[in-house]
Parts: sequence; C-alpha cells; structure tokens
Amino acid sequence: MTNIQRRTFIFVSFFIAITFIGFFQSWNVALGILNLCIISAIMALGVNIQLGYAGIFNAGVMGFAALGGLAAVIISYPPVPETIALGGSGIFLSLVILTVGATIVTIIYKSTLSINIKKITIPLSILTLIILFNLIGSPAIERIEAFKPAASGFLGGFGLPIILSWFVGGILAGFVAFFIGKLTLGLRSDYLAIATLGIAEVIIYFLKNEDWLTRGVKNVNGLPRPVPYEVDLQGNAWFIEFCERYNFPLVETSSIVVKISYCFLFSGVLITLFILSEIALKSPWGRMMRAIRDNEVSARAMGKNVKARHLEIFIIGSAIVGLAGAMLTTLEGQFTPTTYQPLRFTFTVWVMVIIGGTGNNYGSLIGGFLVWFLWVEAEPLGLYLVELVTSPLNETNPLRIQLITNAAHMRYIMMGLLLLLVLRFAPKGIFPEGR
Amino acid sequence: MDFFNAIALVTNFILLPGLTYGSQLALGALGVTLIYAVLRFSNFAHGELMSFGAMVCILFTWLGQSYGASFGFLPTALLFVPIAMIFTILYCILIEKFVFSYYREKKSNPIIFLIASIGVMFFTAGLIRFIIGPSDQSFNDGVRFIFTVREFKTLTGLNEGFGLKTSQAITILTTIILCSLLFFFLNKTRTGKSMRAFSDNEDLALLSGIDPNKVVLLTWIIAGGLATFAGVLYGLDKIYKPFIFLQMLLPIFSAAIVGGVGNPLGAFIGGYIIALSELFVTFAYKRVLGYMLPENLEPTTMMQFLSTDYKFAVSFIILVIVLIIKPTGIFSGKTI
Repeated sequence: MTNIQRRTFIFVSFFIAITFIGFFQSWNVALGILNLCIISAIMALGVNIQLGYAGIFNAGVMGFAALGGLAAVIISYPPVPETIALGGSGIFLSLVILTVGATIVTIIYKSTLSINIKKITIPLSILTLIILFNLIGSPAIERIEAFKPAASGFLGGFGLPIILSWFVGGILAGFVAFFIGKLTLGLRSDYLAIATLGIAEVIIYFLKNEDWLTRGVKNVNGLPRPVPYEVDLQGNAWFIEFCERYNFPLVETSSIVVKISYCFLFSGVLITLFILSEIALKSPWGRMMRAIRDNEVSARAMGKNVKARHLEIFIIGSAIVGLAGAMLTTLEGQFTPTTYQPLRFTFTVWVMVIIGGTGNNYGSLIGGFLVWFLWVEAEPLGLYLVELVTSPLNETNPLRIQLITNAAHMRYIMMGLLLLLVLRFAPKGIFPEGR
Repeated sequence: MDFFNAIALVTNFILLPGLTYGSQLALGALGVTLIYAVLRFSNFAHGELMSFGAMVCILFTWLGQSYGASFGFLPTALLFVPIAMIFTILYCILIEKFVFSYYREKKSNPIIFLIASIGVMFFTAGLIRFIIGPSDQSFNDGVRFIFTVREFKTLTGLNEGFGLKTSQAITILTTIILCSLLFFFLNKTRTGKSMRAFSDNEDLALLSGIDPNKVVLLTWIIAGGLATFAGVLYGLDKIYKPFIFLQMLLPIFSAAIVGGVGNPLGAFIGGYIIALSELFVTFAYKRVLGYMLPENLEPTTMMQFLSTDYKFAVSFIILVIVLIIKPTGIFSGKTI
C-alpha cells in the first residue's frame, strides 16, 4: 500500500468505528469520543512538532495543557468583585514587584560586573524579592482565600468569551515554555525529559495550591460555553418544532447538537493547525529543523543557530499543547487540577505521536484519533475480555469480582503493549516520515 | 534545656523522617543508577518496579496472614520480602528478555530505550492496578512505635520529644545493611569488579572476556531486588498507593542525578540530600526558634520557607540547580 492509500484506509476505518459506536452505543458517546479525539490530535500535533521536527523530548505536556486550562478560567470566569476589592491591589502590587525584581536580576546577570559581585548581588536581590513578595502578597492572598471559601475564595477572571482563552492559553503556555526552554534545552535528551517531567509537576502543584488563582483542589465549575446550553435549546420554540417534525427525542437531540457544535469549532482549529504545520514542515524552516535533528553538528557548521531554533520549536509546540488544554477545559466546562496526571496527559500523548510516526503530521493526527479511541473503548473491551475469561468462575467468586472491578485499568496495559509492539516492529510508526 | 528541646523537635520532624525517606529514595536511586551505568538509559519504569515488588509482598502477606503467619512485633510483610524479590527479579528478567535485549543487540539510541521503558511503565502500571486495584492498602501490622513521644518525654523530662517508629528503624537499618552488601560486592568481589569494568568501558571489558549478558542480567537482579525493598519499605512507612510511585520517580531521579548518575555512592548520598532538604525547606521553624531565641525575639509567623504542599517541588528545584551548575553531579558520575 502506498502512503496515501494507507492514510485513506485508516481514516475511513476510524470513521466507520465512530459510526459503529453511534449505532450500537449511542450517538452522544460517539460524538463525545470524537471531540476528545480532535483535542488529542491537536496535542499530538504540538508534541510532534517538538519530538518529530526537532527531536526534543518534552515530558511536560501535562503542565502546558494545565496552563491552557488555567487560561480558560482566567479569561472566561466572571470577576468576583468582593475578592478583588479585598486583595486585588495586593496581588497586583506583588506581581509588579515580581516583574521589576526579575528584570533587575536579569540586568545584573547580563551586566559586565565581575563574577564575584554577581555571586553576592543576585542571591541577595532574589532574597529581598521573596521577602517583599511575602510581605505584600501573603496578606492579600489570605484575605482572598478567606472570603466564602466554599463558594468563591478566588479572584475570578475577566468574564470574556471563552474562545478567546484558546489563544491566551497558547500564548501563556508559550510564554512559560520560553523560560523553561531557556533553563533546560541545553540538557541531554533524557535529562531534558526528566527536567520537563518535574516542571510539569511543579506547575500542577502550583495550580493545586494557589487557591486565590484557581480555587485549587476545590475546582472551578460552571465555566461559560461558546455554544448554546442544552436547557436553552430545549426551551427554544424553533428547536422543539424541528425535533417534532423529524420525530427526534428532544433531550438527546439537544445534547447531540451541542456536541456537534463543539465538533465544528474543534475541527476548525485542528484543520487550520494541521495545514499550518504541513506548510511549516515543507518550508525551508521545516527542512532546517529536520537537518538540525538529524545532524546537529553539521547544521551548526552550516551556520544555523541550533539553540535558538530549539527554543523556537519548544515554544511553538508547547503553545499548541496549551491551546489544546484550553479547549479541553472549555469542553468539560470545569477546571480540576487533580485530573492532570502524567500517565493520562504526557505519556499518552507521546504514545500517540510515536504510534502515528514521529515527524509526520498525518501520523500524529491518526495517532491522536486512534489512541484516544482505544483509551476510551479499552474499558468496555477489557470488561468484555475479563468476563469472557472468568466466566467459568462462580458469580460471587471474589477473584472474579476483583478482576471485573479492575478491568478498566486494562487501558494502561494496552497502551504499554501498543507502544512496545510499535516500537519493536514498526519503529517509525504507522506512517513513516516521508522524504 | 531549651537547646535539647529544640534538638528533640528537629529530630522528630526532620531528622528521623528525613533519614527514613532518604533511605527509601536511596534504594530506588541505586537501582536507577545501576541500570544507567550498565545499560546506559534512564529507566522510567523503575517506580513501577518498586510498586510491583510491594504489591507482590502485600499479596503474599495477606495469604500468609490468612494462614496465621506473624513476625512478632515486626510487620509480617518482612517475612515475604524474599518471595516478592524473586517475583520482581523474574519480572525484570522477562522485561530484559522481551523488551530491552533486542535494542541492546541493535545498539539503539538511549532515547529508544527510554521510550521502551515508558512502554514497560504503562504495562506494569496497568498490571498492578488490574491485580490489586488503584486504592490504598495498609499492610503494616507490627508494633507501630519502638518508643513514643510521650514515653520519651517522661523518660527525659523534656517539653518536646521524638518517637521512633518501627518502620523507621527497619528502613534505616535495612538500607545500611543492603548498601554495605552492595558496595562490598561492587568493590571487592570479582563479579562486582567486572560489572564496574563493563560500565567503565564496554569494549575493553568485552576484550578481557567479560560476558555482557551475565553483567546485564546481574544488574537487573540487583535493581529488581533493591526496587522491591524500596517499595515495601515505603509502603510500610507510609501507605501503599499505586499512583504514588510515578510521583516518586522524580525525587528518585533527582537523587541519582544529584549524586552523579551511574555512581552508586552518589545515588546513596543523593537520596538523603533530597529527602532532608525537602523536609528542611518545608518545616515550620516557629517552635524551634521559640526555644533557641531569647524570649523577646520569639517569631510570630510560622517561619516556613515553603508550604509543605510544595515538597515534591523541592527535589525538582535541586535537580535543576545541579543540572545547570554541575551536570555530572556531586560525585561526577558515569562509572560505577
């Protein structure tokens, strides 16, 4: 099979599988899976830009996705005037202090002062910064968090349309990626993976514990939506008439319509990003990136600034992951820091990219679709398998009950096997990178 | 008197927990560093190997308890550690045969090994959750304390005191014994020396007739055994949670890298550095300073550098500092 035939074959079979679920489980489930598949594919595109174009192992995908989620909260949640009155000025002031302090430290670091002076002044200024930040920030934070902690207790956001947060999420993730990249990109590949894994954990700890910003583990619920609500649709005269004419069940149709609208929005983003990354890959810029990946020394000999290019690609890839993270939070309508776990976010996205074929955008697209589909469907599949295997056992056998309750975790086993098998027998993925 | 009160406080809240946690990290980091030294890749599946060992031990403990097995005032689980070790080592050897030996023969890039180890991590994580489930398991059935804080206070008449948990004593003692055995093996025996030679210069070792398969197998055996101990001791000291071991991967890697990856002594000391600094940075010094300072200077705030929520972040910050300032670690790693 040529590559194009293979692509078409896999895409068609994927959509057949979705339709299959639509008919046999429900259309709601099928569309729900499809929406998450699209988001996964976007994340995979972002990681592929880093891993495939440039060979950068970013194990901090989770952190950037969470930053996107944070952007969704900050942009869309209506502001809480009481807490802003209580501590808004304090927070603002401490942010100003932080920015000014960071600038001063950078200036000292970059200046031509002797190394001994720097050794003293830099830690001293950082220490003063921390003390100042604590003096001004901490009381404000305490006041904010003490305000109705069960219902609010945080600053809220700007109350802007949530779609805007997709861009902001990308920018925020890219902005953070700039600093992380500056810090870690000089490291060797496996050190880089460990370091970024750690940074992602730190970001999650930050989001879990800074209640004034994110309500921490109390979660932010009820983010506004970019699409209509089911309840509104069910009350809409035109929609009721539409359902009656075609004899659709009202409640189910309304939620399907909502999911389809999400699907259109997400597909728009996916297609745009996909076309852009294809153009980028085929452009001189993309060729340069692959040249750097394949032979860093010779690329450097050709006068390419490897460090700057790596930073560039790290920022772009992370921004795309941040965008996908903001979309995910939009879809869920709530921000729950505890759901961000490396197995679910970071490593699953890696599996998507590697299975699809690194360095190939079609690969990430299909990898994202396929792996997410399997991730969701592994649960019923695993349950079925376990029931089949344990069927000779008695209904009340504790072993059988134990295995059936744990069957959902088959998905990890399957991911591991899939990754190991692909790595062994098709190391370049389903779609090997073209020339 | 105040001085002794302060010391008792620090011992109770920093020193003893730090040494215990540090021992657990050191055992984990030794495994990571040995794998790195011989097979030359960072094993992301190591946390899950620890979890696997602990799980097998728990299963056998339950089985043993149903037959009335008991180990006196010590936790019953200790009796079954050897069995758990055998299972974990067998699992490691299976992984080596089915996954890593192929890439080793092909002399693949370390990154490929790393990805393969992530596959193993996924698989093992799923297997563990499938067998024992994702919930917490407490299996420490021995006497909890050797002496409690109150007993210490009545004995010495101090205001503050420290208690010694059985699990803490077991962990620290076991680690000392295991590490002495390991260092004796690596430095004094012929096989241990051949392992070090292999890690130092593979080609030269091959020339002098060292069998690479034997060395690799031995590495997995040691790593699997250490992982079992680390997992069981951690589970005894705190609680067994399947998902905690992925989180522990970070401090373990930090410990290995801080000490110098590939250097067992470095990994051993790195474990304690990470654990103690985690506790030193997140401890609230209010009461300690209350004893140490004159009365009018007594602090009003908690005197805490970082909130305890950021405990895991500390290990990471140390990691980044070391990677930037001295990437080879304190004990300049790379060889055993």
